[in-house]
Amino acid sequence: MITAAFEYHRPSDLAGALSVLEEHGDDARVIAGGHSLIPMMKLRMAEVPHLIDLQDIAGLKGITIEGGMVTIGAMTTQHELINNEALLSATPIIHEAALQIADPQVRYMGTIGGNVANGDPANDMPGLMQCLNANFTLEGPDGTRSVKAREFYEAAYMTELEDGEILTQITFSAVNAGYAYEKQKRKIGDYATAACGVLITKDGDKVATASIAMTNLSDVPVLSEAAGAALVGTSCDAAAIKAAVAAALEDIDPTEDNRGPVEFKMHVAGIIISRAIARAWSRA
Amino acid sequence: MTNQIVKMTVNGEKKEILAEPRELLIYVLREKLGLSGAHVGCETSHCGACTVEIDGKSVKSCTMFAVQAEGAKITTIEGLGTPDNLHVLQENFKEHHGLQCGYCTPGMITRAHRLLQENPNPTEEDVRFGISGNICRCTGYQNIVKSILSAAAELNAAKEAAQ
Repeated sequence: MITAAFEYHRPSDLAGALSVLEEHGDDARVIAGGHSLIPMMKLRMAEVPHLIDLQDIAGLKGITIEGGMVTIGAMTTQHELINNEALLSATPIIHEAALQIADPQVRYMGTIGGNVANGDPANDMPGLMQCLNANFTLEGPDGTRSVKAREFYEAAYMTELEDGEILTQITFSAVNAGYAYEKQKRKIGDYATAACGVLITKDGDKVATASIAMTNLSDVPVLSEAAGAALVGTSCDAAAIKAAVAAALEDIDPTEDNRGPVEFKMHVAGIIISRAIARAWSRA
Repeated sequence: MTNQIVKMTVNGEKKEILAEPRELLIYVLREKLGLSGAHVGCETSHCGACTVEIDGKSVKSCTMFAVQAEGAKITTIEGLGTPDNLHVLQENFKEHHGLQCGYCTPGMITRAHRLLQENPNPTEEDVRFGISGNICRCTGYQNIVKSILSAAAELNAAKEAAQ
C-alpha cells in the first residue's frame, strides 16, 4: 500500500511545527505515533501533502505530577503511560485503560495526544479524559488556550481544535477514587464494541461522587451526568447500578456496524457499564 | 516528491539510503537493504509479521515511514542470529516446534526478544499478552508460548552461570 506523495517536515521545536502548519494550512497535518493517521493515508482516506512529525519536540514528552496535578505531554506513548510508576499510584485508571488499547506494538508508538486529538469515537482516551474531567492545552499562532475534554468533541473526527493549532498537553487532578475501565472487544487490536470508565468516591458507606464516561457508543465520547447522579447518595447496590445503567443507556446513540446491530450494542453497553460501576465501587 | 537521504543504524551497521517520504520502513528494509527477514503480512498494522525493534520498541514496520526512522537504531531478525549461530529464541522455536509455515516467525521472535528484555521472567500469561500483536495462523500459539518460556529459562540460567 502506497500513500499519496507528501513532503516530510521534522521540526525540532513547537514554534517550527506551528509555522509549517501556518504556511501550508489545510495541506499540512501533524503526525504523532502515526498509528491512526498512517493507516488512513495508506487507504487514501487521508491525503496530507505536508506531514509534520512531532517526534523531535522534547517539550511534548513526559509526565509530571505536582501538587496533585498530573500533566502529560501529548507525545507520551501508551507504553510510557503504562510503565510510569508515579502515574500508576496517582491515577491508576490510566494504566488500566491504556493496557486495553490495541496491542503491544501499537502502544509503543501510539500517543495520548494523538489518541485524544484525532476525534475518533472508537479511541479510548477521549472518554477516559472526560471521566477524569481533564483539560487539553491547545497551542496555535495566536497563543495558548485550554479546553475541557468534556467540551472538546463535536462529532466523529470533529473537535474544538482549530486549523493551525496543536494539542500539546493534558492536565487533570490526580484522583484518589475507586476506578475501573471496562472494555468489550472482539479481539486484541479491535476497537471497543462498548467501553466505560468509572470513578467513584465514597463518603462513609455511600457514593459521594461518580463519574461515568463511555467509548464508541456515539459519534463522540459520552459522559453521562445522569448515570453519575443516579449513584450519588446510594450504597451502590444492585438497584442503584440498574438505575445508573438505564440512565447511561439513555445518553448514548450507537450505530450498527460489523461489531453488531444497535440492540446488541445497547445490551453489551449495559453489561460493561454495570461491571465498571461494580468494580470501581469495590475499589472505592 | 523528491527523495531524501535517511540515515539509520540497522543491525549495528550504519546505513544511508535514498527514499521518498512515503516509502514504508518495511519496504526500505526488504528492498533497499536486502533484509527480507521481516515479512509483509497484512500491511494494515494487524498481523505483526513486519515487527522490528526500533530504539528499544517493538514496531510494526508497515506502519512507519522510513523517514521517521532517521537517526534510529533498528534490529531485525537478521540482527539476532545467523544460520550458523542461532539466537537462543531461534534455537527454542526450532526445538519446541514454535513454527509451522514460518511466515510469522521473524516478527514473533523480534517481538519476543523485546519482551524478554523488559520482562526476563514472564509468566505464560505475560507471554500471551506480550505477543498479542502478532498473529500466527498455524500453530494455535501453544508451541510459540512454550518456545519463548523455554528461551527465557535458558537465558536466565546462562545469566546466573555467568555471575
